Amino acid sequence: MLRVDEAQEPVEFSPALISKFDEIVSRYPQGKQKSGLLPILHLVQAEFGWVSAPAMDKVAEYLSILPIEVYEVATFYTMYFLRPQGKYVLEVCRTSGCCLVGAEKIMDHIEETLGVKEGEVTPDGLFSWRGVECLAACGFGPVLQIGPEYTFYENLTNESVDKLISDLKAKAKN
Amino acid sequence: MGRKLLLEHINVPGINTFDVYRSKGGYASVEKALKTMSPEAIVEEVKKSGLRGRGGAGFPTGMKWSFLAKPEGVARYLVCNGDESEPGTFKDRYLMTYIPHLLIEGMIVSSFALGASTSYIYLRGEMMPQVRILERAIAEAKAKGFLGKNILGTGYDLELYVQPGGGAYICGEETALLESLEGKRGNPRIKPPFPAIAGLYGCPTVVNNVESIAAVVPIINEGGDEYAKIGIGRSTGTKLISAGGNLKKPGVYEIELGVPVEEFIYSDEYCGGIANGKRLKAVVAGGSSVPILPANLILKTINNEARLMSYESLSDGGFVSGTMLGSGGFIAYDEDACIVRNTWNFARFYHHESCGQCSPCREGTGWMEKVLHRLEYGHGKMSDMDLLVDVSKKIEGNTICPLGDAAAWPVASAIRHFRDEFEWHVTNASEATSRNYGIAHYADPLKVVETA
Amino acid sequence: MKVTIDGITVDVEPGTSILNAARQIGGDIVPPAMCYYSKLAGSGGKCRTCLVKVTKGSEKDPRPMPKLVASCRTGVMDGMEVQNITSPEVVEARKGVVEMLLINHPLDCPVCDQAGECHLQDLGFEHGAAKTRYEFDRRTFEKIDIGDKIQLHMTRCILCYRCVFTADQITNTRLHGILNRGDHSEISTYISKAVDNDFSGNVIDVCPVGALTDKTFRFKNRVWFTKPVEAHRDCDKCCGKVTLWYKGEDVIRVTGRKDVYGEVEEFICNTCRFDKKKTADWVIEGPRKVSHQSVISANHYEFTPLPVVKTNPVLQAANKDQFERETRL
Ligand SMILES: Cc1cc2nc3c(=O)[nH]c(=O)nc-3n(C[C@H](O)[C@H](O)[C@H](O)COP(=O)(O)O)c2cc1C
Ligand code: SF4
Ligand code: SF4
Ligand code: FES
Ligand code: FES
Repeated sequence: MLRVDEAQEPVEFSPALISKFDEIVSRYPQGKQKSGLLPILHLVQAEFGWVSAPAMDKVAEYLSILPIEVYEVATFYTMYFLRPQGKYVLEVCRTSGCCLVGAEKIMDHIEETLGVKEGEVTPDGLFSWRGVECLAACGFGPVLQIGPEYTFYENLTNESVDKLISDLKAKAKN
Repeated sequence: MGRKLLLEHINVPGINTFDVYRSKGGYASVEKALKTMSPEAIVEEVKKSGLRGRGGAGFPTGMKWSFLAKPEGVARYLVCNGDESEPGTFKDRYLMTYIPHLLIEGMIVSSFALGASTSYIYLRGEMMPQVRILERAIAEAKAKGFLGKNILGTGYDLELYVQPGGGAYICGEETALLESLEGKRGNPRIKPPFPAIAGLYGCPTVVNNVESIAAVVPIINEGGDEYAKIGIGRSTGTKLISAGGNLKKPGVYEIELGVPVEEFIYSDEYCGGIANGKRLKAVVAGGSSVPILPANLILKTINNEARLMSYESLSDGGFVSGTMLGSGGFIAYDEDACIVRNTWNFARFYHHESCGQCSPCREGTGWMEKVLHRLEYGHGKMSDMDLLVDVSKKIEGNTICPLGDAAAWPVASAIRHFRDEFEWHVTNASEATSRNYGIAHYADPLKVVETA
Repeated sequence: MKVTIDGITVDVEPGTSILNAARQIGGDIVPPAMCYYSKLAGSGGKCRTCLVKVTKGSEKDPRPMPKLVASCRTGVMDGMEVQNITSPEVVEARKGVVEMLLINHPLDCPVCDQAGECHLQDLGFEHGAAKTRYEFDRRTFEKIDIGDKIQLHMTRCILCYRCVFTADQITNTRLHGILNRGDHSEISTYISKAVDNDFSGNVIDVCPVGALTDKTFRFKNRVWFTKPVEAHRDCDKCCGKVTLWYKGEDVIRVTGRKDVYGEVEEFICNTCRFDKKKTADWVIEGPRKVSHQSVISANHYEFTPLPVVKTNPVLQAANKDQFERETRL
């Protein structure tokens, strides 16, 4: 059941972030600022790694809409994380086209390599992984993407996944 | 070699930049349309071209445009549908990644034809790289005077924005897309009213697929009549086909509509045959929502004629022995593929993506997934197949939006054509978890039907 | 405009929906409506129980409509011909919809406060099959209190969206909404919050099932043992016209006055609903005729919950596994 009872850290949006919000809202006609909700939630997630309830309240305040309108939207779409995730979330396509070329084996391999189940975070806080639906790259499968830039990795093999994971580990160290 | 209208210059280095694109004749259609044509004339050209929507439904684009209501003093919108989430389809992402200016050029001409002064390109949220690519391309075009105020000195103003979604297949449905663009949950609207009357912000709106809009460029450049000469019958022009699955050369191909399916799969110009020397077992020809066909029925129609890649030929035979061109997501299954597992995979997809507004789809998709799951994992019953067909019938046609139908068809068609494989999963349950059913008779030549 | 429904012709205003035209005729030919609520703008179209077949589009364009349509959201045309209970196709489709509505419903009627005035119960009785074909665990939620006056039993919810429209249109703010999507959708406040403002109690009246119930309903009781009485009072917030539900001498519950379709005539405020439970608070008008066609008034209350077949432990484990995974994500 979706209910947030534990207290969550309050958040502050930096002026730089707010000015990005302002730019987004300027794209819509007067009074239709709610249209900016989805892109703004992406920015919030990019900044904080996930969208917490206090962050959503802040967004509601910024857009002059009700908090529940933000919750409704954030829970509808799959890309918004409602709880903290690893720094890198490996999202592997699990749909038919990719399964024909070995997506399920790649997911098994990732599970084994990272040692955590789908949706869990590695103890070092670096990685999570999950299966997602078709990413519109079926001809180049198996594929995975990593937010917040949503960089794409195509034609995966066990070896390329291993390399990716070790590259990310190295990147996190620096 | 078929003609290429959209992807002709795809391999030119730097074609994603304005200058190279322009040097290859890019933006000519904007000059022609804005300087020498009236909006009505553009709509007329598109009508003449016979272009049909490339997003799945295949509705004639020119006709759709002419339905747009034009009340005085009310803004009109053009929204480009780049949600592309249908399993098997990846042409729009490809087009936007490698030749983004083509879409922008099409958007300018189309917006002008519809009288829109603000247009949005809605992309699925996962396409953040494409959002960046398009935004860069828009900035380039704007710097060169093709967007913004007083375009090319013609007095026409247009602002173009890219909007990311949040991860939901249903936002490809045009009214759900508009809801999402308004910052709401992607619940499809109950029609009427149709978007042409009350769409985005309650204003008249046209929603078109990325490829449909891109196709407007060659139509304006060469004329609707020229465009209509390509293709076959009412399937005019070229179409991007996303070929995936067990093919030797998967990828996006631009075909002239009417290429035989057999040629498309086996010729070296296109997919080059089945990977690893295997045999073809089944094909989903137009994205996951269309009925799946066994190898013999996809290559030949029930009357033993060669099947062609066209709207009409693919749907020859109706739901009994035909399928649909849909969005052009072509998935080929080789002899090792398990149809039961695949059907379960699709059912899981639709269960996951149902918006949950209407009861038959919300509850029925989950039910079908669970039944298919137990069939795949060896706990099925002989009665399950009839149950699935029955549940799919209860969803089909009784829902708000076509996602319900799209969830029902793949299940119903898989059982129709591959029933023995499903039954084998019940009778040989333990064997079925360790090996595949194989190709069986699915590629055998069709029995010639006696025609009276 | 003339429209013919199941052979009966009626004259209606332009812009009337098929459902409302049928209500003007009345009787058996009125399609059941679980989500549409005439007093809530934008409601309807979701539950699909009101599907009908349009056999003739209009005088001008007599073509039939290709699919069944939701009568609550389809406007009539002059000369339209509609089949409801005379069409086997409609009856079959409605049966399918009811089956879908019931597969994840707990069917805990014996312990549900709504029993006796539940539209789903009526519908299940009229259109349901005797035995469920659904062999999986039903979706369940814990029941929660949203404030000290309203209880939410999400497991019973059919996601008709009526309470959401009510909060938007009748109250001055909305704290609850629909979260998640697909069959995980649920009514919730997300962050524990009390839904409590002058008119919030109306969500109880609009809920067609027992998902939103009155926590102040004293001496929990089966509605058919209670005696409804019409009464009014001078209220500065609402019309003050209500139904009092008596048990013996005690007012155990106050609701809006519902018509035969289960819709309240006028919305009432929380003071009238929750705080005025003494006869002395009210001017009694007389007994209410329960005109609502319910299983109870038809003396049919033998609705036993359908058993959920749980025979396969492997599948149960798989269900559980999947559920856990999805809640984790
Ligand atoms: C469930 C569902 C998903 C859809 N997804 C897409 C999509 O991803 N991209 C798209 O262009 N059209 C999609 N469509 C079709 C659109 O509703 C609409 O018909 C299309 O955008 C119209 O554009 P066109 O006429 O250019 O094809 C979808 C339809 C449904 C019912
Ligand atoms: S058919 Fe499915 S996706 Fe479409 S509106 Fe109904 S529940 Fe939503
Ligand atoms: S709680 Fe009741 S009124 Fe609200 S959506 Fe559920 S069934 Fe409808
Ligand atoms: S199936 Fe994996 S990207 Fe489409
Ligand atoms: S009452 Fe018409 S769809 Fe629910």
